[in-house]
Amino acid sequence: MPTQRASAPTRPLVVIPAFNEAESISTVLSELSLQPAPLPVLVIDDGSTDGTAAKARSDGVNVVSLPFNVGVGGAMRTGYVYAMRQGFDAVVQVDADGQHEPAAVSELIAGLADADVVVGSRFAGVGDYRVAGPRRWAMRLLAWSLSRLTGTRLTDVTSGFRATGPAALPLFARDYPEEYLGDTVESLVLAHRAGLRVAEVAVSMRPRMAGNPSQSPVRSALYLSRAMLVLMLALVRRRPAPPEPGWVP
Amino acid sequence: MGPDRSVLVIVLGLALMALIIELLRRGRLREKYAALWLIVGAVILILALFPSVLIWLSGKLGFGVPSNMVFFAACAVLLFVALQLSLEVGRLEHESQRLAEEVALLRQEMKRPSPPEDGAPEASG
Repeated sequence: MPTQRASAPTRPLVVIPAFNEAESISTVLSELSLQPAPLPVLVIDDGSTDGTAAKARSDGVNVVSLPFNVGVGGAMRTGYVYAMRQGFDAVVQVDADGQHEPAAVSELIAGLADADVVVGSRFAGVGDYRVAGPRRWAMRLLAWSLSRLTGTRLTDVTSGFRATGPAALPLFARDYPEEYLGDTVESLVLAHRAGLRVAEVAVSMRPRMAGNPSQSPVRSALYLSRAMLVLMLALVRRRPAPPEPGWVP
Repeated sequence: MGPDRSVLVIVLGLALMALIIELLRRGRLREKYAALWLIVGAVILILALFPSVLIWLSGKLGFGVPSNMVFFAACAVLLFVALQLSLEVGRLEHESQRLAEEVALLRQEMKRPSPPEDGAPEASG
């Protein structure tokens, strides 16, 4: 169990995992740069084939290009390792599809003052983001299970809008799960089991700029059973001890 | 099937389930393969505990002898697993090849700043 208490970060980095988001990446980057106190940004190009990396570079942002698609989990782990090596002490994940409100980044970072991982929740009351049908019930059940586990109210555990503080950064840089739903559900279990505090902050979210996840009942049922399997695996899996203080990947 | 032999199959099914769960716990088996093996283990256990299910199902599907259905199902599952593993190996081969290319290019890029004729020792690697 880490003895480190959560403390407000002093050098946060925004990490944007992007897979074929050439359409929206520039908008996201410009919105981030228009914030009152813009933060350094790193784009992780996850093997895009549509020129996402070139777009981001031409916007004057640091880009790390993975040689092939590794998924959000692997992309974020790359971001966490980069952040630690460059001396950042917190990471805010922002999606490249424009779904996440750049104005809420500072709220997530403020949340790190008394938590180690802060999840931006779409369902905690702010904004009008809606998910209908069976998928909504799947997400609810998942959120309920994780709330029970962590002892905090979590309403949106599959949100990719989250901040990682100084105490959680080494753990995520070493062990961030790359499997299906690992970057969302399993990572919260990982943090909790390492003795870290998970909390949520209400954020408003916009619909994605393009495309919508399928919501047929069969797919939702499949999604739920996979999610429950991931959750159970995360609970029974043996974990190595969290990295020693001062460890750098 | 006699009682002795169903005990054998039950033990086999339980051992398979225990092995799968332990491999999962150690993080050696990944989630994407876990579901398949858990289902295979569960089906073996069910058929061992309730052989009447096997007899009923094989009758419904038109197998003359119930064991033929078991052989057919086992072959089908193994065929599917072999195909799946071939796909994964192909993907891994492609990815490790891409990584080797990437490392070679990076090595060349790292060497470029120091001209070779100035006698400076080359970067190791």
